[in-house]
Amino acid sequence: MREFQGYRRPDGQVGTRNYVGVLSTVVCVNEVAEDIARQVEGAVSFIHHQGCGRTLPDIVRVRDVLTGLGSNPNLSAVLLVSLGCESMAVDEIAAGIRATGKRVEVVCVQESGGAARTKAEGTLIVQDMVAEASRQKTVRCGLADIVLGLKCGASDTTQGLSANPAIGVASDLVVAGGGTSILGEVTEFIGAEHIVARHAATKEVGERILAMVERMEERAKAVGCDMRGGQPSGGNIKGGLTTIEEKSLGAIAKGGTAPIQAAYEYGERPQVKGLVVMDSPGREPEILTGLAAAGCNVIAFATGRGAPQGFPFVPVVKLTGNPKTWVGMHDHMDMSVTGVIEGTESLPQAGERLLQFILEVASGARTRAEITGYTRAMDIYVTGPVI
Amino acid sequence: MTKRDAIALRAEDNVATALRDFAAGEVATVGVDQSTVAVTLAEAIAFGHKFALRDIARGDDVLKYGEVIGRATADIAKGSHAHVQNIESLRGRGDLVRPA
Repeated sequence: MREFQGYRRPDGQVGTRNYVGVLSTVVCVNEVAEDIARQVEGAVSFIHHQGCGRTLPDIVRVRDVLTGLGSNPNLSAVLLVSLGCESMAVDEIAAGIRATGKRVEVVCVQESGGAARTKAEGTLIVQDMVAEASRQKTVRCGLADIVLGLKCGASDTTQGLSANPAIGVASDLVVAGGGTSILGEVTEFIGAEHIVARHAATKEVGERILAMVERMEERAKAVGCDMRGGQPSGGNIKGGLTTIEEKSLGAIAKGGTAPIQAAYEYGERPQVKGLVVMDSPGREPEILTGLAAAGCNVIAFATGRGAPQGFPFVPVVKLTGNPKTWVGMHDHMDMSVTGVIEGTESLPQAGERLLQFILEVASGARTRAEITGYTRAMDIYVTGPVI
Repeated sequence: MTKRDAIALRAEDNVATALRDFAAGEVATVGVDQSTVAVTLAEAIAFGHKFALRDIARGDDVLKYGEVIGRATADIAKGSHAHVQNIESLRGRGDLVRPA
């Protein structure tokens, strides 16, 4: 059975969760957004460190990412929490999210007269939103309704052999079923970009991917030192990964074998189905946020050494091919693919098992990150200076 | 097929990945395609770490997945640990950029 029970939204997107989102528009009101969400069962907050004191490209980036996050189908309604003097065009964000057909309200700390009044006002709005959301029924959905984010982290050498290619198999199955898969982590294309580009559906898409990789590498090189230590990280190296090239060759296996239909900027919503590439770094808060902004309703995350992070409103499925991690980091791991390394399970079998698990999670089965409440890995990727 | 406890992804690879912890002097059974080769390990190799499948000379490309993963910065004898102490990355090397 390749089906799940999801929340069909007015714009046709499907939610695998049914939260009310409380989104901070600027770093200065993170506390207010968090406090409101904490007071209402069924609400989640999104906080970040941007929204002001940045140059124009980053201001536009943050506006678009917040619009994308609010538009994510896992949120049934959205409350935007504003300070009042930030660089964000809060009305534009609200209008952009409303275009998906969901309810959006704005509370403003400087207009309401301080945090306490804003929290009271916001809490009452969010209570109503949750009451409304809780009446929505799930409907039968299929692979075409899946927007799967692909991620790996806390990597070791088991990943390129097991968990990443297992995700690749699952991704291929989603794509074959008419769904969408988003491959990010462009830093981890370095050394493997010729292979990624070879999978591009058109020459233009391939060139765009190569340009994204070059831009990312130039940014790293501009610092004037060897990237090693940061990529691959100290932990990656301890796990046996020697160079970024080696890490990348393992990482790209997550994309499977489907042709890459398009390449998008960070947080941009795909306009096509199938496998697509999204520009983003590999660090967890930024890539998870980018995938959520792009509309992912579930994320598959391979981790050899055991990365515990989840995201506030998109379930993150963790799988590992490292038997020590499966035992030692058990409360953060959802699925083991150690059999692939031990020779007791084939990759197609592991990929099919992962797809079934993803569909169960899409229907509401809880991930370990959700159960442990380890869901606060979030931030928006910006590239310019703080001013 | 003999049970493997190390793996090389492609026949052209000159490094293999250990699938268990090895002590120095142990013999690893390396799966390469459908066959296996035996390599005596010159030193302890931890799970997930790599060792040379044949002698690699300083300056040679290091191959895994049939692709270049870096360059040897020292001679790596067959069965020796192949890692950051003797392999350098060729990418993201801001340290090698000459000021204009």
